[in-house]
Amino acid sequence: MYAQLVETGAKRVRTLEEMSPEERAFQERVDAEIKIEPKNWMPDGYRQTLIRQISQHAHSEVVGMLPEGNWVTRAPTLKRKLQLMAKIQDEAGHGLYLYSAMETLGADRDEEIEKLHSGKAKYSSIFNYPTISWADMGAIGWLVDGAAIVNQVVLQRTSYGPYSRAMIRICKEESFHQRQGYQILLDMMRGGTEEQKQMVQDSINRLWWPSLMMFGPHDDDSPNSQQSMAWKIKRKSNDELRQMFIDQTVPQLEFLGCTAPDPDLKWNEERGHYDFGEINWQEFYDVLKGNGPCNRERITTRKKAIEEGAWVREAAVAYAEKQKQRAAA
Amino acid sequence: MTDKEILQSYLLRLADSDMILGQRLCELCGKAPALEEEMALMNVALDLVGQARNWYEYVAELEGKGRDADQLAFLRDAHDYRNLLITEQPNGDYAVTMARQFFYDVWHYFTLKGLVNSSDERVAGIAAKALKEVTYHLRRSSEWVKRLGDGTEESHRRMQDGIDLLWRFTGELIQADDVDQQIAAAGIGPDTAQLTNDWRGLVKEVLQEATLTPQPDDAWMYLGGKRGEHTEHLGFILAEMQFLQRAYPDAKVW
Repeated sequence: MYAQLVETGAKRVRTLEEMSPEERAFQERVDAEIKIEPKNWMPDGYRQTLIRQISQHAHSEVVGMLPEGNWVTRAPTLKRKLQLMAKIQDEAGHGLYLYSAMETLGADRDEEIEKLHSGKAKYSSIFNYPTISWADMGAIGWLVDGAAIVNQVVLQRTSYGPYSRAMIRICKEESFHQRQGYQILLDMMRGGTEEQKQMVQDSINRLWWPSLMMFGPHDDDSPNSQQSMAWKIKRKSNDELRQMFIDQTVPQLEFLGCTAPDPDLKWNEERGHYDFGEINWQEFYDVLKGNGPCNRERITTRKKAIEEGAWVREAAVAYAEKQKQRAAA
Repeated sequence: MTDKEILQSYLLRLADSDMILGQRLCELCGKAPALEEEMALMNVALDLVGQARNWYEYVAELEGKGRDADQLAFLRDAHDYRNLLITEQPNGDYAVTMARQFFYDVWHYFTLKGLVNSSDERVAGIAAKALKEVTYHLRRSSEWVKRLGDGTEESHRRMQDGIDLLWRFTGELIQADDVDQQIAAAGIGPDTAQLTNDWRGLVKEVLQEATLTPQPDDAWMYLGGKRGEHTEHLGFILAEMQFLQRAYPDAKVW
């Protein structure tokens, strides 16, 4: 997940007739569901779009460790602490794996991370919300990883081979995280005190809408989506994915015995889907532009880690160089 | 102390040391110098907290007071904690983090090597699993001490500072007290003189390769963790780590 607004550089999708012969061969390959591999020719727009999307995704995994790191030192039991630590470790692994997939496109990890730090590159807006209670560790696992899975299950069929394979691997672990997150909430709702139950409901109230925002703008306001769909980087539209997520999540919400902060949320027999209220799009764009509750803190923390670690990385390089010279001597 | 109390006291040192160092490593989440290090630090922390849980479960059984592993970890105050003082020292820069890890890993490795042959089968079993993990921890922290010690001028200076800063807490790792000696005599734990020699031998070997200077064997040492006398840091660590259990004493599930 975690790519919400990816520029494709295209105003509209071109027809096969308008394409150059090699671009046409590329599009036919995509249309025939044959994966594009790093050595295949690809349009520059396709390459740049993928670099932006995969790097956003990787950045999101890394920044996403911070709201959880906020609670890993305060987890209430050994079991929950170990689970959260394992989840964070998986996320670091996903980040590495995605950066590697991105590098197959000729992008440089350090350069892309620099773009994150300068504000040029984005990451999922959800991680700009604070985690202010332990229940948020449950709600993030359930809602945020849940939303990520809906997106990523579809991305397993994305047209770029290395990205598709990364998604297959990552999806397995994310499903595990989602079940654990839900269990945190369920245990508190079933056997918890009144205070714990309130903690759960409060967490859902705060994270519900930001989770729905993870799917990005409405299809009508998403000019880049069409090109991404034609290239089969994206396989389903933002609104389709959001609806899928809501349809699968509401029964789980009811099973918990909790409610969503949306008076318009109700089953629509005719459509066979849940109807839901309008997202606060102003908030969505504000957060995306850097004006969310924790944008500054998240980026500052990441920048500080990388800047203060510079001497460590330099030492590792210098040492490796010395070892090489010694081996050669 | 009865034999059982001595064993509990010894096992709590292992459990608490693992727990507190694991907690310190958790503090580094999202702050490591590289993404690979994020993974590795969390991996080591995960091993340590997992080992702590195994030891706590055994202590809880031996105690037979109805306390479980969580209560031991989250509801004891500092004076009941028996962790080695080095584990509660702040993360500092990456050189301090690695110096702390290296000193601890050497002690941990040789201690577990002794415990694997323990006359107490349960102890031997837990130690055998832990030893596999700690063998990797030690290899990793030794590599980092060498990399930083023999890397750049700056990293060498920082690494030497880290070694010098934490050296005073290493006496506790190798100076046996009554509990250590009785545990060794009972065939439960490692031979104390051998542990001292092994620790000193390997530390000196790695530091030499890293172009770093150890402090003399008779340097002044700060002791106390094994008998519950801690530095000022532990109270804050516990305040954070135990927050939920303390703030919601009526909660039965989490």
